[in-house]
Amino acid sequence: MSMEKLIQVYGLKKYFPITEGVLIQRETGSVKAVDDLSFDIFRGETLGLVGESGCGKTTTGRTLIQLYEPTAGEVLFEGQDLAEMKSTNLRGLRKRMQMIFQDPFASLNPRWTISQIIGEPLKVHKMGNNKQRAERVQELLDIVKLNSFYMNRYPHEFSGGQRQRIGIARALASKPDFIVCDEPISALDVSIQAQIVNLLEDLQEQFGLTYLFIAHDLSMVRHICSRVAVMYLGIIVELASRDDLYDTPMHPYTQALLSAVPIPDPVATRSRKRIILEGDPPSPSDPPSGCRFHPRCAIAKEHCQTDIPIWREIKPDHWVACHEV
Amino acid sequence: MDPIVALDHLEVKFDTLDGVVNAVNGVSYSVESGRTLGIVGESGCGKSVSVLSIMRLIPNPPGRITGGKILFRGKNLLEYPENKMEQIRGAEIGMIFQDPMTSLNPVLTIGKQISETMVVNNGITKEEADDRTIKLLDMVGIANPEERVKEYPHQFSGGMRQRAMIAMALSCRPDILIADEPTTSLDVTIQAQIVDLVKRLQAEFGMAVIWITHDLGVVAELADRMVVMYAGYVIEEANVYELYGNPSHPYTLALLKSLPRVDASRGGERLTSIPGFPPDGITVSPGCPFAPRCSFTVDRCRHENPQLIDFNSDHKIACWVDVTTGKER
Repeated sequence: MSMEKLIQVYGLKKYFPITEGVLIQRETGSVKAVDDLSFDIFRGETLGLVGESGCGKTTTGRTLIQLYEPTAGEVLFEGQDLAEMKSTNLRGLRKRMQMIFQDPFASLNPRWTISQIIGEPLKVHKMGNNKQRAERVQELLDIVKLNSFYMNRYPHEFSGGQRQRIGIARALASKPDFIVCDEPISALDVSIQAQIVNLLEDLQEQFGLTYLFIAHDLSMVRHICSRVAVMYLGIIVELASRDDLYDTPMHPYTQALLSAVPIPDPVATRSRKRIILEGDPPSPSDPPSGCRFHPRCAIAKEHCQTDIPIWREIKPDHWVACHEV
Repeated sequence: MDPIVALDHLEVKFDTLDGVVNAVNGVSYSVESGRTLGIVGESGCGKSVSVLSIMRLIPNPPGRITGGKILFRGKNLLEYPENKMEQIRGAEIGMIFQDPMTSLNPVLTIGKQISETMVVNNGITKEEADDRTIKLLDMVGIANPEERVKEYPHQFSGGMRQRAMIAMALSCRPDILIADEPTTSLDVTIQAQIVDLVKRLQAEFGMAVIWITHDLGVVAELADRMVVMYAGYVIEEANVYELYGNPSHPYTLALLKSLPRVDASRGGERLTSIPGFPPDGITVSPGCPFAPRCSFTVDRCRHENPQLIDFNSDHKIACWVDVTTGKER
């Protein structure tokens, strides 16, 4: 893997306003969904983004490709700042950044045929004439291993795994460099998940794709990702290469999260030490002071309640935000 | 030990516009008190339908129980009239569901919903029931239960709703708790809390548990016995250690191989995927339902559906092929 930075993120923030009032709306606060993230994504890698629901994984993915306008911070794509860019230039870049969604049922228009769905990005980006577009749709169906015989059918005629293939074909249509995969397998049956993961891996190799793989299945993330970032309540608490993170997790949250993942082996899973976190994650509209994890942390000291931990490189390529490691 | 609940060749069918769906095809399994039975399988394999039948909660129409018996302490529940079933549901068989939001009533307080069950089933006064509700919520680990009973389901997080559901299911001290994918919509850290809670409560009350899931990880930790279902059939059944240590049906084997593990480095290999997708239950072929997706298929598999037979003293499978040699046994 070359170490060229495809995407650089500096101090990225995304707040959603909380409003009150029906006629006269006023802002009474904000949900700090993503609060000051800085990281890089290298060309050709798969960066995993894991964490519990509501921790800001999906918001991060959507803000990266400018589906949400960031509240603050910069996202550089091949060194160009996306926020500074004029809308015409941004449109050109958009076809190089695509997304695969979690729900293969909700993310496909039920009134469109498969060829319309897959051909839509080509139309939007004015790629080719009608005939070339039809050929490209055929080619894409081939790439995701769907029979092009089905191209005039509607989404409801397909199974979950097949629909996810359609979603992948649509994402590939504009020949992107970077794809945000937002929980692409969590709605699928176990026996189908491996099919889709293998397909994503083949496509990465074939087209040199870079993935941001958002997931809560930590076993699958270990399988598919080269580096992994762990999010908690809007911030990244740890970022390291895959095996480094799974074998020697540093942050107490990462340790607890990994110990909670069930292992399909009764001997291994019953002999292992579990760290069971108390309670639920706090609300991102009013995150705890200091280190956000301190109310649930087993090793929290007094200063953890007041001081925000510094994001530091504890050993080469292993970053962590914790006072106590 | 005699089982608390035993299914004996249960058959359930659903009438749909596309045809009759054979959801459960002669399924037998049982669980003894104090033990945990894990049932795994993909969506549509009949695992939920089989336990809903125990509660007699299959909507009719479109569903019909067309054959077999459900024995609860030796008595066939299918012969019970509805009013007698009502005394069993909740009081003797408790159930928790996958989605705690849709299984709680959004316009009643949590306290009201739990105490109501006890007033109806145990015949105690409202005040006693309210007291017990607070104790139950405390037992399932909800902080500040005196205040929390006055709140509504939307004020609870997903994990707390599932705890409230467990409190409700246990309120009448059932002999058996049926858990239908109770942690599927929860995060792993919350899942660990719930699994821990159920194990603790089971040790305390000695109830039997049937835990249904598609996640081979969760049940590895919980179950004593395992049942693997596919297309409405039990295709493998064994003690939990035997099932994971010596999986002998090609489907179980393929499922386990398709799962990456959090505790093992990948080492470069691809996941073994299972081609195709599960059958719809409408078109019935004479052969083994897994044959079209199976990598061990021999000629016989396409014509004859294998019965569940003893593989060894503690292990049953329904397969013509010996997976260690790849030959017909």
